[in-house]
Amino acid sequence: MFIAIVVIVVVTSAGWPEVQKAFFDKQLFVDSFPEIAHAFLLNIRIFLIAEALILVLALGIAILRGLPGPVLFPFRLLAVAYTDLFRGIPTILVIYILGFGAPALQLSGVPNSPLFWGITALVLVYSAYVAEVYRAGIESVHPSQEAAARSLGLSRAKTLRFVIVPQAVRRVIPPLLNDFIGLQKDSALVALIGPIEAFRQSQIDVAATFNYTPYMVTALLFVLLTIPLARLTDWLIARDRRRQSAGGPR
Amino acid sequence: MSEEVLALRLEGVRKSFGSVEVLRGVDLGVGEHEVVCLIGASGSGKSTLLRCINLLEHIDSGRIFLDGEEITHARDANAVRRRVGIVFQAFNLFPHMSVLRNVTLGPREVLHKSRSEAESEATALLDRFGLADKRNEYPDRLSGGQQQRVAIVRALAMRPELMLLDEVTSALDPELVAEVLSVIRELAEAGMTMVIATHEMSFARETADRVCFLDAGRILEQGPPDEIFTRPAEARTRQFLDRVIAAGRL
Repeated sequence: MFIAIVVIVVVTSAGWPEVQKAFFDKQLFVDSFPEIAHAFLLNIRIFLIAEALILVLALGIAILRGLPGPVLFPFRLLAVAYTDLFRGIPTILVIYILGFGAPALQLSGVPNSPLFWGITALVLVYSAYVAEVYRAGIESVHPSQEAAARSLGLSRAKTLRFVIVPQAVRRVIPPLLNDFIGLQKDSALVALIGPIEAFRQSQIDVAATFNYTPYMVTALLFVLLTIPLARLTDWLIARDRRRQSAGGPR
Repeated sequence: MSEEVLALRLEGVRKSFGSVEVLRGVDLGVGEHEVVCLIGASGSGKSTLLRCINLLEHIDSGRIFLDGEEITHARDANAVRRRVGIVFQAFNLFPHMSVLRNVTLGPREVLHKSRSEAESEATALLDRFGLADKRNEYPDRLSGGQQQRVAIVRALAMRPELMLLDEVTSALDPELVAEVLSVIRELAEAGMTMVIATHEMSFARETADRVCFLDAGRILEQGPPDEIFTRPAEARTRQFLDRVIAAGRL
């Protein structure tokens, strides 16, 4: 209702025709859509590759951070340093440092493609966040579960693999998906070092036509992609809540 | 007693948590096929003692022998744990696994049995304790008594030489206690060597070969159940039993 009123007020206001022309030009929308949608496939590729790598790398970092005993202190320290560093530096800066800096070194055997370094930067940054999510999940599994597994003679590694991590991952799926929504949007940042993904393509179109409609096309594509994931996250949270109130603490 | 090799022998076992000394020099010998019940007030050290035997806690001093072999500082604690089963007060079943998977995890991942072998053995055990129809259920679908019986079966599936039961009926509704105790009685009759921490005095009296009264981290008094329950030598034991009788538990 409120939204409807706002829409009506905006659409009937004096400046609306200009706004409509600048942002919602129907013809331009149709014209620019195919190219931007095609470029958007690159965004999808970027975050699908990044997500797969992040899931693995972040879990490794979270496990390193949870290792017990004084002997393994250096590994814990390493994990802490990693998360502190990459959560601290702005994503855009990491992308610039790697995207422009790494190829400039002209190392042999290392790809020079900005796409490669862009994805690497996203993986490094987001793994730091996702590692913390995993860690929260691992720490939420009651110590008695570990005791039960170890009492059967399972090694620490097998205890993690069969008992702790599966329970931890189940619990952190909603915040994990939340981070992935962020990652999907940040795939646009890779444009800043060269690759022509949806955002870059729309910039090109805007520059050619002096009209902002292509930006709206890109915005629409991102929203269409993230909404299903957001709803899935909501649904998972609601399901967990139902389960908890039905079955009590487990 | 000194000639035969005991299934379990403890010498001067001490354990502190921070500044609190929970075990203050426990000596205990358990013969093969013997059932020893540990009684005593909450906080007297019963649970800690069992966890130390299973090496889930490291003792500060003293020695532990399993079947004549010292395990105090066993290099491979997992190898020891696969010979000693423990069942916890809070069941500690793995909530993300079916009953069958709970029971077969140890045999498959620790004893490296094939899936079919582990599953047929597990099914036979579940059948023996009236749980065959629950094999595909998840723990949260079972009653407390059923969960605890599954936990006992899970420990038994490792074919342990020794079973440690840590107040296994304390978390159960009164009407569910009997089904768990009957399982333990059956194990005793089958000749399983067991150390049982319990508040079920009448159960201890009829099932135990020997009862040990723990008080402030020491075994204050031990002997055949009839002797301990009818003619306790120590004033502290009498006091404890009087309180238990007053509470209607004997």
